[in-house]
Amino acid sequence: MQYARWPFYTLIGILFLTGLIMSVYRHITYQVPFLPGETLTTWSIEARVEFTADNGPVKVKLTRPYNQQGFARLAESSASSGYGVAYLDDDNVLEWTIRQAQGEQTLFYRVDFLDDQMQNDLVTEAAHIQPTSLAEPYLTAAEQIHQQLLAISADSISYAQQLFKLLTAEENTQQNLALLRDAESNQAKLAVTLLNHAGIAASIIHAVKLEDGRRRQALIPLIKVWDKQNSSAIFNPSSGKRGKPQDMLLWQQNDQPMLEVMGGYDSNVSFSIIRHQESIASAIKAQQNVQQSLVNFSIHSLPLEEQALFKTILLLPVGALMVCILRILVGLRTSGTFMPVLIALAFIQTSLLTGLVGFTLIVFTGLLLRSYLSHLNLLLVARISAVIISVIAIITLFSLLSYQIGLSEGLKVTFFPMIILSWTIERMSVLWEEEGAKEVVIQGGGSLLTAVIAYLAMTNEFIRHLTFNFLGVQLILLAAILALGNYTGYRLFELARFKSLVEKYAGKSI
Amino acid sequence: MLVNPFKLAQMGILGMNERNIRYISRYNQRKLFPLVDNKLETKKLLENSDIHVPELLATIEHQSQINNLHGLIPKSGGFVIKPAKGSGGKGILVVQHNNAPTFFKPNGTELQVEQLQHHCSNILAGLYSLGGKLDTAIIERLINFDQLFSDYSFEGVPDIRIIIFKGYPVMAMMRLSTEASDGKANLHQGAVGVGLDISTGRALNAVQFGKPISHHPDTQQQLAELKVPNWQEMLVLAAKCYEKTGLGYLGADIVLDVERGPLLLELNARPGLSIQIANGCGLKPRLKLIEKQSEVRTAEQRVLFSQAEFSNFS
Repeated sequence: MQYARWPFYTLIGILFLTGLIMSVYRHITYQVPFLPGETLTTWSIEARVEFTADNGPVKVKLTRPYNQQGFARLAESSASSGYGVAYLDDDNVLEWTIRQAQGEQTLFYRVDFLDDQMQNDLVTEAAHIQPTSLAEPYLTAAEQIHQQLLAISADSISYAQQLFKLLTAEENTQQNLALLRDAESNQAKLAVTLLNHAGIAASIIHAVKLEDGRRRQALIPLIKVWDKQNSSAIFNPSSGKRGKPQDMLLWQQNDQPMLEVMGGYDSNVSFSIIRHQESIASAIKAQQNVQQSLVNFSIHSLPLEEQALFKTILLLPVGALMVCILRILVGLRTSGTFMPVLIALAFIQTSLLTGLVGFTLIVFTGLLLRSYLSHLNLLLVARISAVIISVIAIITLFSLLSYQIGLSEGLKVTFFPMIILSWTIERMSVLWEEEGAKEVVIQGGGSLLTAVIAYLAMTNEFIRHLTFNFLGVQLILLAAILALGNYTGYRLFELARFKSLVEKYAGKSI
Repeated sequence: MLVNPFKLAQMGILGMNERNIRYISRYNQRKLFPLVDNKLETKKLLENSDIHVPELLATIEHQSQINNLHGLIPKSGGFVIKPAKGSGGKGILVVQHNNAPTFFKPNGTELQVEQLQHHCSNILAGLYSLGGKLDTAIIERLINFDQLFSDYSFEGVPDIRIIIFKGYPVMAMMRLSTEASDGKANLHQGAVGVGLDISTGRALNAVQFGKPISHHPDTQQQLAELKVPNWQEMLVLAAKCYEKTGLGYLGADIVLDVERGPLLLELNARPGLSIQIANGCGLKPRLKLIEKQSEVRTAEQRVLFSQAEFSNFS
């Protein structure tokens, strides 16, 4: 019954070498780097315009952002059923028009910006100085502040700097300022009024704060100040800091209104932001692969949607390898052999901490419900189906609760594979009845630990880069798993398990 | 915390990976596994042989039979409900006192017919079987175990596990249930394992939770005095299972019934490794010695060979 082992080792060797040669060939011929290298960051920002139409013709004008310091505009698009769309480049405005509309309307405008430090600001023309018409006693108050600031500044910009310093001072003892605030409580508007009063061109501009995955964001007002030479500076009225904040994209850079709706009312605009990160190499390769050849065996020849799918599928062998290592070399016990890999996949969607908390909460609540179900004397299939429905109910409940509290993170629990979770709950519940809570903690902890390790491996930038760009790596992984399947040495946990044996009987044989 | 793996190897301790690759997958043919994984098959196999098994009272294959459960269980006397394809002692329900319609577990817990029915329906649905496959529930007569061992066990039947390699008994231990193991004889659940000398059937040393002990934790009985009667007969019984099943690496679980003598409780094609801890020595040197044997021997001759070679008191 004994088979020769050498064909097996030869197979492992061939797989390993083929994988290596394929990868090296791809590296040399197509210059795909082995290291992930530089990544490009792009931001997709979506403006959502909502208003109620008056049952007549509607014209909506939305200001569009353009190239600015640190950001280059890549592409823009809009979604609006039935509306005519015009991109007016002169005023940087997007115009939606329709002959007849009624009821609540929602229009979308989406723009992609590349994070590009080489990009410089375009020179914008100074805003007109609005004639200020301050009545007494405000005029005197403004005049006193003006005199005070004039004394400690050299030009328009430094004047503005001192003004913002005054406006944002923590303990404001200025009576004049307090008086002016009574008339104009909006800090930004007050600042522009005071600047205009001093004969300095200034206007309120609006920016979007770039944070990945945010929804329903409002615009943040900033103030742009011009000096006589038409050079400008941006101030943040709430902090008084000079210069454009790095994490903000200027949406509207001059005086014109952000949103104009004719033929509608209750208009409102909000923003959603998503960040994409891509390696330069993959962007270049995507272009290269337009001219396909059979030899260049690459995922990049597939359409974009399938590529995204394969990005995940090709990571599964990495997770499987982790499970093999932890079970064969370490001896960790998990509930369900590859359940941890599926949990790790869910963690990729939810982020680690949210995933861990969500998973623990769902399984724990599920176990409580399951302990009630076990009193009902149900048949197994019906019971598991009941557990599945309970899991869905738990997930729905958590999503609703966390959304109400304002935790958008909580919504991500829907990424968990529900059938797998139900089986996990069922198995753990039986384990609890059969072997006690200790075994549940051991196996549950083992599963979670395996899932976390698999997650860390699968989210590693280097590993992602290798698996996606080099199909040969899959063969190397297969060779590694086959080699592991042939390991007859001790497991790490066995070294602890047989410890007492060695201590007591070392030196004795048979 | 950890022990040097080379010392383990020097002692000839068999690890899980090596057991699976070198012994189980090499000497146990896949197609023979159902013979031991399904207790009904094992019983069928040993029917009309000189290897005795606990008396089969009834089998439950369909959900409809469960409604008629009270007609299937014996009118008097203890019985055991177990899944035919269960593993690791899972799903075994022992009814010590039959006071129909009320039943009592060994620890005194009261059970009604409904609870027995629920247990049976769980078994049929495959809750305890390997891979969750549909299963059959079997009802066996409770073993009336030899009172010789009653002081060594807490609420359970002490059984003897003998590892049979190519028909030779290589290592043996007695498993004594404890309060911690809930009357079950599984070492990882807290049962006491007592290593038995292959040549005499005397206790070598005992462990619980992997730690050496000298007395039974519940009955305080000194474990070193334990000696299995009719030891040779028991070894021969276990050795014969090799010819019956064709499995090269086998664990035989035997109990001593006061009237019927040694009974084969079940066979295991993947016997665990804790037996090495209970015996205080490794399996590998013994397995290697057996592998070298080319002579064809009868069960009795193999037992004599093992008794001569594997004595711990030599």
